[in-house]
Amino acid sequence: MTKIRPETDVSPQEAVFQTRIDAEEKIEPKDWMPDKYRKNLIRQISQHAHSEVIGMQPEGNWITRAPTLHRKCVLLAKVQDEGGHGLYLYSAAETLGASREEMVEALHAGRAKYASIFNYPSLTWADMGAIGWLVDGAAIVNQVSLQRTSYGPYARGMVRICKEESFHQRQGYHIMMTLAQGSAEQKAMAQDSLNRFWWPSLMMFGPHDSESAHSAQSMKWKIKRQSNDELRQKFVDQTVKQAEVIGLTIPDADLSWNEERGHYDFGEIDWEEFHRVINGDGLCNRQRLAHHVKAHEEGAWVRDAITAYEAKKRQRDAQAAA
Amino acid sequence: MSAMTTQEATRQYAIRLGDDALILGHRLSEWCSNAPFLEEDLALTNVALDFIGRARMFYSYAAELSGDGRSEDSFAYQRDCREFTNLLMHELPRGDFAFTMARQYLIDEYSLAFMEQMLSSTDPTLAAIAAKAVKESRYHLRRSRDWVLRLGDGTEESHQRMQTAINELWGYNAELFEMDTLEADLAGQGIAVDTTALRQPWSAAVQATLAEATLAVPETDWSVRGGRQGLHTESLGHLLSELQFIQRAYPGLEW
Repeated sequence: MTKIRPETDVSPQEAVFQTRIDAEEKIEPKDWMPDKYRKNLIRQISQHAHSEVIGMQPEGNWITRAPTLHRKCVLLAKVQDEGGHGLYLYSAAETLGASREEMVEALHAGRAKYASIFNYPSLTWADMGAIGWLVDGAAIVNQVSLQRTSYGPYARGMVRICKEESFHQRQGYHIMMTLAQGSAEQKAMAQDSLNRFWWPSLMMFGPHDSESAHSAQSMKWKIKRQSNDELRQKFVDQTVKQAEVIGLTIPDADLSWNEERGHYDFGEIDWEEFHRVINGDGLCNRQRLAHHVKAHEEGAWVRDAITAYEAKKRQRDAQAAA
Repeated sequence: MSAMTTQEATRQYAIRLGDDALILGHRLSEWCSNAPFLEEDLALTNVALDFIGRARMFYSYAAELSGDGRSEDSFAYQRDCREFTNLLMHELPRGDFAFTMARQYLIDEYSLAFMEQMLSSTDPTLAAIAAKAVKESRYHLRRSRDWVLRLGDGTEESHQRMQTAINELWGYNAELFEMDTLEADLAGQGIAVDTTALRQPWSAAVQATLAEATLAVPETDWSVRGGRQGLHTESLGHLLSELQFIQRAYPGLEW
């Protein structure tokens, strides 16, 4: 765990920076910022970007098999939006001095992570519902909180992204609702999908506050505005009711309404599974990364061709001007 | 043709055009998360979305003309290989990026000219679909033509790949401009596009692009056909197994 450094170690420059943070001023790209603030943000934003891009795979997996043309179009548009979110986020990270090439290289080398949820396979059509409803739902809870993050470009990116994500979540929920009201097979398909994606969705909020390596400093710098456990609770509270409405059961025997707290109590996450997936041994970790690396490598000749073409064009233009 | 009403002929014509758009859209959608870089991933799926949207418009119109409770999805999900009537070029596997962009260019050049003609169809629904499609096709053509130039006149490897793609596609061109009695009859009534008239301007445009891209126009000593009669390459059956899996496994449900 990173400890917050004692106040006496803080340079005058950093003290001014912290005063701005405390006053809720947004930090902008040309402002001075502590090196660790910069690095922490590059890490977080680039991993957020990678998550959007890797997240195209489990849903992309069903585009060619979507059950109706309407659903197919909605899914295609959604996966496109995710790619677009990846672009926003890479741009936000680039304002901190990291290049997209470096960030992608870090992903390929395993130095940068992406959200653990995308290491779970999409096995049935219902998973398109569960991913939209639960995974995007969890992402929204997290991202709404990040709309108030202290770094301006990141905060603004979150505002734009949340609008589209909310739309995706409603569409996912609608898929689940349709299945839950459908045939016995469809309802079973929806329940099975909820069973598989429930706990991984709760894991998206990260480890318990007491175990979270970056949390304390991130909270002080207001990169993070609410703790992992607070956000997770918020997600559980809103989602349990949504499941009830469509008649699906949350796969947690310990789930119960706590009148005193005004929140749902819920069972303990399987942290052993969480760490296993984070560290590379989820069902799809190897395939997800290999897929991204393969597309990148197979595309090398295309990227080379653009560079060569542009160079020739510049040369021709120069000759024409001479 | 005399045995067939204009309405029935128009219905079949709309299905043909829907099939072309759906099958090409499907092939493009296979690029999702596989493109050479993120911007291109978005662009390819964007074009895929346009074509699948186009298929929905044609199928919906066919459903309306059928008047028997069938929907756009009936045509996409409940017909087998022998009933699909797309032109063969649309169904060929996506191949490498050069193959996809070469095909896209040949089709976009065709599609734009086709839709511009269909704007003046005496069938108001077809004309309305064309009005939307023309705008999309202009954008598609600008993109795919650019890619033919960039790859053709890029590196030695990209040039070679683009030339190979053009060569492999060339024999599928002829079918784009052939008309059977159904289409000829509808064209005679001002409903369908006379594609035979598109051939010459299409060839001129394609040849100009290939020349600018430093690519050779292939020898035209082969051509295959059959799509409009439901005589396909072997790849269509596999495409349909994937496309139709859920509807075949769980028929007659809402999704």
